[in-house]
Amino acid sequence: MSQFKYSEQQLEKAFQARVDAEQKIEPKDWMPEAYRKNLIRQMSQHAHSEVIGMQPEGNWISRAPTLRRKMVLLAKVQDEGGHALYLYSATETLGVTRDELIEALHDGRAKYASIFNYPSLSWADIGAIGWLVDGAAIVNQITLQRTSYGPYARAMVRICKEESFHQRQGYESLMVLANGSPEQKAMAQDALNRWWWPALMMFGPHDGESAHSAQSMKWKIKRKSNDELRQAFIDQTMPQIEFLGLTVPDPEMKWNEQRGSYDHGEIDWDEFQRVINGDGPCNRDRIEHHKKAHAEGAWVRDALRAYESKKRQRLAA
Amino acid sequence: MSSEQQLKLFEVFVRSKRGLDHKHVGSLHAEDAEQALEYARDCYTRRSEGVSIWVVNSSDIVASQEEDAESFYDPMDDKPYRHATHYQLPDAVNNM
Ligand SMILES: [Fe+2]
Ligand SMILES: [Fe+2]
Repeated sequence: MSQFKYSEQQLEKAFQARVDAEQKIEPKDWMPEAYRKNLIRQMSQHAHSEVIGMQPEGNWISRAPTLRRKMVLLAKVQDEGGHALYLYSATETLGVTRDELIEALHDGRAKYASIFNYPSLSWADIGAIGWLVDGAAIVNQITLQRTSYGPYARAMVRICKEESFHQRQGYESLMVLANGSPEQKAMAQDALNRWWWPALMMFGPHDGESAHSAQSMKWKIKRKSNDELRQAFIDQTMPQIEFLGLTVPDPEMKWNEQRGSYDHGEIDWDEFQRVINGDGPCNRDRIEHHKKAHAEGAWVRDALRAYESKKRQRLAA
Repeated sequence: MSSEQQLKLFEVFVRSKRGLDHKHVGSLHAEDAEQALEYARDCYTRRSEGVSIWVVNSSDIVASQEEDAESFYDPMDDKPYRHATHYQLPDAVNNM
């Protein structure tokens, strides 16, 4: 009814005032079309990342070195599937269907975190993923608990509660390797070497070059800039690397007394662009695998629907 | 009142503040959902306890039963590794 009373500009002004006052936007509220679109893009990208992220880790479930590690990894990968569900459902409150979201993933219109286009080559990679990839995700997700869209913020609160175990189990398993035989320590170092830079890329381009950043900050969808989040991650992770007795693969990494922060070398942005645009080591595999799993699950969805309609018929009879 | 005239039962959920979940506050009888909303406003938010109300037909709620708690929750009891506290890290790195 409000659209008869207020002009678009008035609605937009009231919307921004609400956001500025740190009030959440809820599904039935009026919102600018661009805000809705921007949220669908970011939230579905986040959901897809949870789902695709199950692949590099799932790769090692059957080869985990002990039963305990296997149970832990299974539980973690199961959590990630759950995270995707929270996020897809929250995205659907914006008036888009699950099928549309999956379709956009399959035809390449929707992205997911580019780090999952790297292969998990050794068992040490599983520790590195939990520690660094989940660690980087947590830094981002903690700030997103204060994002302006209510369902997204609440999904983040739930997810953050579950994430801490992911990072800790990863670090714990790397501690075992780092304190093990020279070969095991070398495995841990090799994993750090390969995952470090992609982990830094997870935060996205520099603030000046980020396509969606300024508007997202104004709408408080994003609460901290890419560079701020990346710096926070580096500062918290450096002591953890030292504690393991490993070396960060960045010769320019140096503590800056004045800033109270680490200075670091430049990220290879060409690599970032390549991987984002489909040319990483595993991009095609990841999507092919998802399409295959989705198609192979079709009979389950069909069976559920058939059972549903049978039950309905029986009730009606 | 005969059973045909019984009004339907609705469950009422109130969001106390933007950003928080709707929380179950009670139930009431109403002839339809729209009326239920108005009654809920009168019954449950007389002191502006909320910014948004949901009403749901009680008969639409499917609930698990206490007696089923074992089969629902027991399998979780032997999975302590799902908790962050299961992983003991040295003090130097224990802030993750
Ligand atoms: Fe997750
Ligand atoms: Fe995780």
